[in-house]
Amino acid sequence: MLEFLQLVIGGVSIGCIYALVALGFVLIYKATEVVNFAQGELLMLGAFLAYTFISIFGWNYWVGAAAAIVCMFFVGNMVDRVVLRPVLGQPQFAIVMVTIGFGYVARSVAGMMPGWGTETYAIDTPFSGQGMQIIPESMGALVIAQTDLSVIVATILFCIVLYFFFTYTKLGVAMQASSQNQLASYYMGIPVKSVFSMIWGISAAVAAAAGILLAPTTLIDSNMGFIGLKAFPAAVLGGFGSIPGAVVGGILIGIIETLSGFYLPPGFKNVAAYVVLLVVLVVRPQGLFGEKTGKRV
Amino acid sequence: MRFLFKTSYEQDINIAKHSGYYWSYGALLLMVLAVPHFMEDYYVGQMTQLYIMAIAGVGLMLLSGYTGLISLGHAAFFGIGAYTEAVLTGNGLQLPFMDEPLVFSFFVAFPMSGVLAAIAGIAIGIPALRLTGIYLAIATFAFAIIIEEVLSRWESVTNGYTGLLVESIYVGDLDLTDGTPFYYLCLGVLVAVILFSLNLLRSATGRAMMAVRDSEISAQSMGVNLAQTKTLAFALSAGITGLAGALFAHKLGFLSPESFTVLQSLELLVLVVVGGLGSLHGAVFGAMFVLALPQALAIMKDYLPHSIAEQPGFEPLIFGLILIFFVVFEPLGIYGRWLKVKLYFQMFPLYKKATFKRQKSYMKSERLR
Repeated sequence: MLEFLQLVIGGVSIGCIYALVALGFVLIYKATEVVNFAQGELLMLGAFLAYTFISIFGWNYWVGAAAAIVCMFFVGNMVDRVVLRPVLGQPQFAIVMVTIGFGYVARSVAGMMPGWGTETYAIDTPFSGQGMQIIPESMGALVIAQTDLSVIVATILFCIVLYFFFTYTKLGVAMQASSQNQLASYYMGIPVKSVFSMIWGISAAVAAAAGILLAPTTLIDSNMGFIGLKAFPAAVLGGFGSIPGAVVGGILIGIIETLSGFYLPPGFKNVAAYVVLLVVLVVRPQGLFGEKTGKRV
Repeated sequence: MRFLFKTSYEQDINIAKHSGYYWSYGALLLMVLAVPHFMEDYYVGQMTQLYIMAIAGVGLMLLSGYTGLISLGHAAFFGIGAYTEAVLTGNGLQLPFMDEPLVFSFFVAFPMSGVLAAIAGIAIGIPALRLTGIYLAIATFAFAIIIEEVLSRWESVTNGYTGLLVESIYVGDLDLTDGTPFYYLCLGVLVAVILFSLNLLRSATGRAMMAVRDSEISAQSMGVNLAQTKTLAFALSAGITGLAGALFAHKLGFLSPESFTVLQSLELLVLVVVGGLGSLHGAVFGAMFVLALPQALAIMKDYLPHSIAEQPGFEPLIFGLILIFFVVFEPLGIYGRWLKVKLYFQMFPLYKKATFKRQKSYMKSERLR
């Protein structure tokens, strides 16, 4: 039983990363109906920026992480302005191809940057390797590693911040409005284009945070963005347009993956998430939290 | 400038729009038939590879270009075709109640690899009936990852990462899967597949597929059976891609799951997008692009400063940039550019840029609320 709980804790921790990446997908999809296939690459760029600030420049961890997140906000903003805006209004397929192309470019640029390259790097984190014991040794030891704890706490914090941002700030409400009806919100005086850029910025910032949190577990390299592909099942499971859905979906996928890695034969760990994805798409295409949508003629 | 006078309704669905088509494509066919006689073996091999990619491209074009269904997982069908061919002609099919494995000849195994891929296509096509757009892309993508894992883990059949040797095919003393004979084999399959697709596209089924692409709702209102059309498109597309996979197995001679990854799927998608969505020419042009790009880059590297050219990420960078540029500036792909150039010369002093101008469009929400 304890072993099971231990696995679940590990699953929740990795699931929180999926959740953060899926959150990025969902934010963009909700507002602009674009699916960003380069979300993982944004995560990778964020992690590399944090590595540059913390390990190369020698800044304090918190300052470096914050700087990386802020930088990624502007990167996301620029991506929307430069790459996405020219294809706005074209079929969704074209936009998907553009984001895939951007993923290629981002991956190879990260590989070509002096000091980044194709090797793997680590960031020194203030989270020690030691774990926090939830159940003491005498009763069978249930340990939660500090890195895992940091991921979970950060995810909760991010969700709270985003919730308050979307509910109470003027900009947040404007974003909600433009995600519900672009034309109407444009008539109401909301600058829809800059709102889209802002959404991309926020999404990139969330991805950067996920990258920084992920860094102690998987190390940083130019291919770490492929973890973004695992966030698709999370987003679909939760319902593609739902923010709480993305979080729940991410955590569920994390748990399912960890458990199937332990209890099932090798190979199942890699595909468990995708099997869940296919089953969800067949059984309940709108996901756990998504509203049923129809198509406008 | 040629003016087409239509004198009967049949003229609208003729394979060739006018007699000039027979001359130009006939000349092209003669040229490619002559290729092995005056080109070096290396280039014959490259051309063979080109035909295989073009077959796969035609397969994906039927699905993505003509039915409007995006597949991010076509490498799975490619892989299923390749492994079916390799297993059936190599170790053979071993069923529990049989003492001896059943080894098939190429002429049976080749269609079977297409059929098996088509069955897999139907399997993924059925959930796809409820999905549109992006969900479908994600579903095919998940399917491809699962197939990739199956190929690497089902070691009793596929040999996993150790790899599987593909037997050569002999007809009498002639090695059908090497050099010039293989060139003609691939060319023959490509021509057959293109003719099949052309005929399909002018039939009721093909026009139903295009109607589904342009608007599902209006297609349905005109009496098109959406489920049937989509499943058929998936099956045909997967089947043709499976045939390409079977040829690819013989071209490689050695199969391992690494040849059928997500990146391979993306490459196929890039092939149809860069070639030009919605045209069979596009599949061939795209195959040329995908094959020529690495070679062109290798030549370019000699002229670039060392620090840029020797970077490992150079090739994907150019790949990604070209993809973005095509979608942004030339959504009709290479074939679209070719049409523009052709029209420019046909109309010579009177070419208007606005002929191909895209209509301004606004993003249409797919949501009801």
